[in-house]
Amino acid sequence: MAHVEHAEIEIYKEERPVKKESDFTDYDAVFGGKWSFAMSGYRVLAFALIGLMAFSMIYRLTQGLGPATNLNDQWPWGLWIAFDDLCGIALAAGGFFTVFVAHILNLKQYKYIARASLITAWFGYIVVALGVLMDLGRWYNFWRPFVSWGYHSWLFVVLLCVIGYQAVMTLQFGHIFFERVNAPRLKEIFDKILPVIFVAGLVIGFLHQSALGALYIAMIDRQNPLWWSMLIGLFFFLSAAFVGPAMCVVEGVLASKAYKKDFRHEVPLLAPLLKAAMWLMVIYLVLKVIDLVYRGHFLDMFDGSTPSNLFLLEMVIGVIIPIILLAKKHIRESVPGMVTAAVLIVIGVMLNRMNVVFTSMYQAMGGWYFPHWMEFSISIGLVSLLIMAYCFFVENFKIMPEEHEHH
Amino acid sequence: MGYGFLFDVTKCIGCRACVAACRQYNKGYLVPTKGGMNELPLDSGMDRRLEKLKKDWDGKDPLTGNNWIRIHAYLIERGNKSMWRFVRRSCFHCERPTCEAVCFAHAFYKTPEGAVLYNRSKCVGCRYCMMGCPFSVPKYQWDELFPEVQKCRMCYERTKIGAPPACVSACPTRAVIFGDRQMLLNEARSRIKQNPGQYVDYIYGEKEVGGTSLLMISDVPFEQLGMKTVQDGRITGRAVPEYTDQALMWTLGVAAVYGAAMATLYVANKSKEEKEH
Repeated sequence: MAHVEHAEIEIYKEERPVKKESDFTDYDAVFGGKWSFAMSGYRVLAFALIGLMAFSMIYRLTQGLGPATNLNDQWPWGLWIAFDDLCGIALAAGGFFTVFVAHILNLKQYKYIARASLITAWFGYIVVALGVLMDLGRWYNFWRPFVSWGYHSWLFVVLLCVIGYQAVMTLQFGHIFFERVNAPRLKEIFDKILPVIFVAGLVIGFLHQSALGALYIAMIDRQNPLWWSMLIGLFFFLSAAFVGPAMCVVEGVLASKAYKKDFRHEVPLLAPLLKAAMWLMVIYLVLKVIDLVYRGHFLDMFDGSTPSNLFLLEMVIGVIIPIILLAKKHIRESVPGMVTAAVLIVIGVMLNRMNVVFTSMYQAMGGWYFPHWMEFSISIGLVSLLIMAYCFFVENFKIMPEEHEHH
Repeated sequence: MGYGFLFDVTKCIGCRACVAACRQYNKGYLVPTKGGMNELPLDSGMDRRLEKLKKDWDGKDPLTGNNWIRIHAYLIERGNKSMWRFVRRSCFHCERPTCEAVCFAHAFYKTPEGAVLYNRSKCVGCRYCMMGCPFSVPKYQWDELFPEVQKCRMCYERTKIGAPPACVSACPTRAVIFGDRQMLLNEARSRIKQNPGQYVDYIYGEKEVGGTSLLMISDVPFEQLGMKTVQDGRITGRAVPEYTDQALMWTLGVAAVYGAAMATLYVANKSKEEKEH
């Protein structure tokens, strides 16, 4: 068999004698040198949603925030901040977690997972930036902070991190780019600065997640004490770190469903990541309890009010049940167990971000807010855009691990 | 130390002359929009969107982009007597403003005269000031394509030359007076001391969020007038920027340690790999 394959490659090379780099020919062999993007029912729906989003965006940009959203003086931050920004960035945290595992701990077998996460994180950040731009009332002034230097604001840290992380990820992309494009000197430079990029990416990722949480430190006495804490930044970072592996599992399952690959191959790779996530969740839970006891609000969660119930839901679904599931080796290493735990973690973290924006604030804000359909359409459209961009990339670039087993 | 207001709840009769004066004086402030209107326009539904707007005649309407000052009425029960008390709602002009600390474009700033002002040309429109303000003061122009944040400006053109703001000039009972903040604090203390039993022994704004330029004294506890006090622990006595700065210092320190740890781990794992080869 091996002999036959070898012969086939020989013939292939003879037909196209100009291209010598093995990576390069491999690319053409897999993709036939053409861009491909097959349409299906779901994809038509996704594009319809993207079209609706485009309409809503144009409406918002020409008519203003008032007519296009239900935001108001009592609720200046709404769905876009909660879903696009806080949830989006938390779920893109798979990007920095896998870089940590693959490159800092130098575990070779994770390098392809890191690559897939990098793609989602990169697109995720672009989509988040697009969503945030919609949310800014005077968006043409977005460059102002660089001139005025509001360095004492946590939002300034957020802005620097968004731009810094995007730059770092683009440089990591440069490394992948010059794998294919033959420019040995540039590749050498990229290889040399790569360690710096990895460490910078991890630091910026840490700062970004913390800063998103720390935005709420200024809401002291307005935010419900179950969530408000001087440590809220640390809680945001820890929850982003443990949702990283969970997102790898969820993305892995969805990708193998969509591309008809056997997810079971990835289980031995993902189970240790989930074990790490479990320990991070234990640390998170312990810190959360210590923090609540220290501030004297531990018993608040049992008082039966809506915020307290949602807090309990968030902690039980998103943290306690996954810890119990993941603690058992046979559950952790089975596909259904793994997927259940991962989905619960993702739901828990999303619930946490929603609670921080809505549940913890409504008592102080008063008034009323429910997102306008255009707010929904932009949030949903952005997710569709992200998925379509991901599909396009996976189908046209070397992302999926299986494609590399033939090397 | 800068100027401030002293509002005496016992003297306010709820005539709302200050509200009218504010609208009148500041009518030229806004850039004329929507049909060339050259005064603070009336609110539109978009400003508030309160689900079930209370239709009480005393309507405790919140501040909006076009209403920088309101007088809220409270019916106070004391023994078998009921009485009305009126409270001013407007910007408190904090000594260390939260809006300034949270703004990442420096659109808000505290002037030496005491007013907290907004620079529309720097504003990005993120509305973090509206989220952060402990008193929910900054409000937005939801009808505009490029909205501005609006709030009381302490009639800056007047206060910077030492003249009282429009609301103070308009007050028929001198329920609100204007002057140096330290002088007003002394005045508040002497009023409390000289009229034993008439006032609650508490100056609102002396300690709240590190001190404010709008001070209040009252004969009913401030909690009954819908206000959070340091005394009852529902508002902090420290300036909010102290919390955010403290967290920023810690986090930058942790980030440095974290980065160093990551770099060390990277080098250690790389050299381990080279030894194995």
